[in-house]
Amino acid sequence: MELTRKLEILADAAKYDASCASSGAARKDSRDGKGIGSTGGMGICHSYTPDGRCVSLLKVLLTNACLYDCHYCINRRSSNVQRARFTPEEVVQLTLDFYKRNYIEGLFLSSGIVRSADFTMEQVIEVARQLREVHHFRGYIHLKTIPEASQELIEKAGRYADRISINVELPTQEGLDKLAPEKNLANTKQAMGGIRVKIEETVTARKDARQIRNAPRAKAPVFATGQSTQMIVGADESSDALVLARADELYRDYRLRRVYYSGFSPIPEPSVLLPIKPPPLVREHRLYQADWLLRFYGFDVGELLPKEEPNLDLELDPKLAWALRNRHLFPVDVNRAPRELLWRIPGLGTVNVERIVAARRHSRLRLIDLQRMRVSLKKVLPFIIAADHSPRVAVLEDANLRHRFLPAPRQLELNFNAPPPATPQDALMALSGQL
Amino acid sequence: MITATIQPTFSAWRGKARELLQRGIRPEDVDWCDATQTPALLMEEPAAYSASPPADIKVPAEFLNLAASVCAHTDERRFAILYRLLYRLTWGGERHLLSHPADPDTRQCQVWAKAIGRDIHKMHAFVRFRLIAVDEATQREQFVAWFEPEYRIVQLATPFFRKRFASMDWSILTPHECAHWDGQDLTFSPGVSKSEVPDADAHDDLWRTYYRSIFNPARLKVQAMQSEMPQKYWKNLPEAQIIHELISSSGERMKQMIATPERPVKPMPDNAYLKKLHGRKRPEPLLDKEQDAVES
Repeated sequence: MELTRKLEILADAAKYDASCASSGAARKDSRDGKGIGSTGGMGICHSYTPDGRCVSLLKVLLTNACLYDCHYCINRRSSNVQRARFTPEEVVQLTLDFYKRNYIEGLFLSSGIVRSADFTMEQVIEVARQLREVHHFRGYIHLKTIPEASQELIEKAGRYADRISINVELPTQEGLDKLAPEKNLANTKQAMGGIRVKIEETVTARKDARQIRNAPRAKAPVFATGQSTQMIVGADESSDALVLARADELYRDYRLRRVYYSGFSPIPEPSVLLPIKPPPLVREHRLYQADWLLRFYGFDVGELLPKEEPNLDLELDPKLAWALRNRHLFPVDVNRAPRELLWRIPGLGTVNVERIVAARRHSRLRLIDLQRMRVSLKKVLPFIIAADHSPRVAVLEDANLRHRFLPAPRQLELNFNAPPPATPQDALMALSGQL
Repeated sequence: MITATIQPTFSAWRGKARELLQRGIRPEDVDWCDATQTPALLMEEPAAYSASPPADIKVPAEFLNLAASVCAHTDERRFAILYRLLYRLTWGGERHLLSHPADPDTRQCQVWAKAIGRDIHKMHAFVRFRLIAVDEATQREQFVAWFEPEYRIVQLATPFFRKRFASMDWSILTPHECAHWDGQDLTFSPGVSKSEVPDADAHDDLWRTYYRSIFNPARLKVQAMQSEMPQKYWKNLPEAQIIHELISSSGERMKQMIATPERPVKPMPDNAYLKKLHGRKRPEPLLDKEQDAVES
């Protein structure tokens, strides 16, 4: 099979993995003139496809042949998709050629499971080894690992990669039993625990190495700086509360950098076990917003999703929905309130909260000051007090307050009997993390 | 009134601003002009105001970084507002001005700096190198790229490429200024026109193949793409040539997916590893439903 055809099949096979981050790697570059590439600091999105997703890494599978039968996956053994396999050398050459043209930040390599977890892991690691050791590639490498692979192989993968990840896929074992009978949540968690320990050991050892004067830098161990995972949304009946509770556990107990949510979308090889109707794209978007609130705004899962409402409001962002349920806490005075309260004001992101905290040391803030910081006044006005503004009590008590925030009806871009897709503003917010 | 006519660069502005500041010239007494926009015939008048400068004129390093970014912007008010900010920081005694994000001058400069930062980031993302030759003596590959930044950011943006692509020879050509790396030095030369750059690279086709395959037609979000990759960049991106084709065919592809008959579940193959995996689990993972599915 010619290379172009393989690339078609094996990129198509990899596109359902939402992860694309290329940030957070240890700083490295190629100024010594030996190899090629650099990482560190902000990742770069080198392109965007019309699905709104960024193209940062060459994301491919080594092979799409797979023993597993995960029903949401186009590569499962029951699918009739055409199978292909790259040699490690082909992936290495593609990565280098694409990298030198500045198409990509690096490689995201995953694979269907062939023969066994260990055999597959060895193939994946070989690609990373050649890139790092033969070609001195200093770009970004993200390796997908298989929880059933041996700890030694996972550690070896971590030595070559900037990030490693294991997908939990679904929030519960019941869901996995039904849709991904080979997958086991306990195994996944155990492997994530092992990776967490390794990452933390490396961070500590690096710090120690820095403290010893004149210690050769190379002595510091090398290991990936983070791990991430993905959950598929809408393939089983799990509520948003279940999905977020699982994500929250993974952030707390395994120190994951990111949990990606991938709204299940129709695939060319549909399985009889899956719903025909995809969940609305906006559900995935709301989960990302809620995820941000958990990590950066001090919210708990229970606050965002009380027992009587286990799914996020699709029409309003989760912070606004929370504020409307908790109106008694408002209005908040932007000139006095502590950060933790400012974070809870709908329409204020963490960056603007920092600006407010810095600016109010100089003067009492008025609405014009907020406007200059590009705060959306329409959204914040009912919830704040400023030097020249205090909302009328009636506004916060108004039963119709919710309607003020609903999006105006508009033309849909494409409608497959699904609720309206996320607006570009939503997408922007998802990308910037601003709510 | 003093007319300060300078080349539109950070170093020219800094030199002039330092001189004016030493002389205690107030911001409202200076008219800043871009030498490339104005015929440099205007007379510079002597100082209308002078006093001994503050004992030592010190500005935070943060200000210099901010000024370097702001000078790369094209708004014609930038030199004047930057000088006013500098004057207030020093003579005005407002030493904490930069940590006051609601101050109009600080805020305006931060907004400009942010636009510059974004432009630099987009340059790092959207430059596309084309292989033109391999040097016979050194065996180094030689690449050229054409890029059209919105602002004058070539000197600010190119050190990144030196770190990343140190082992290749490369030139990045833009309408304002060009950057060249030969493995030793990063040098700059005046801008050129697009016709000096080769049109395509042999790898562009393979790259478009990847771009086509990684796109998921079942979740079209054109506006989300455009907000991050505005159309003004498309003409220099090889993959952008197929965007329209991908969008217009996505509806049909989606319909086909939905119309495809569902595939039945295939039985487990005879594989020792799989048997081991299944053997470890509880025996009742909804096999009945799977069986129903196979039969239906």
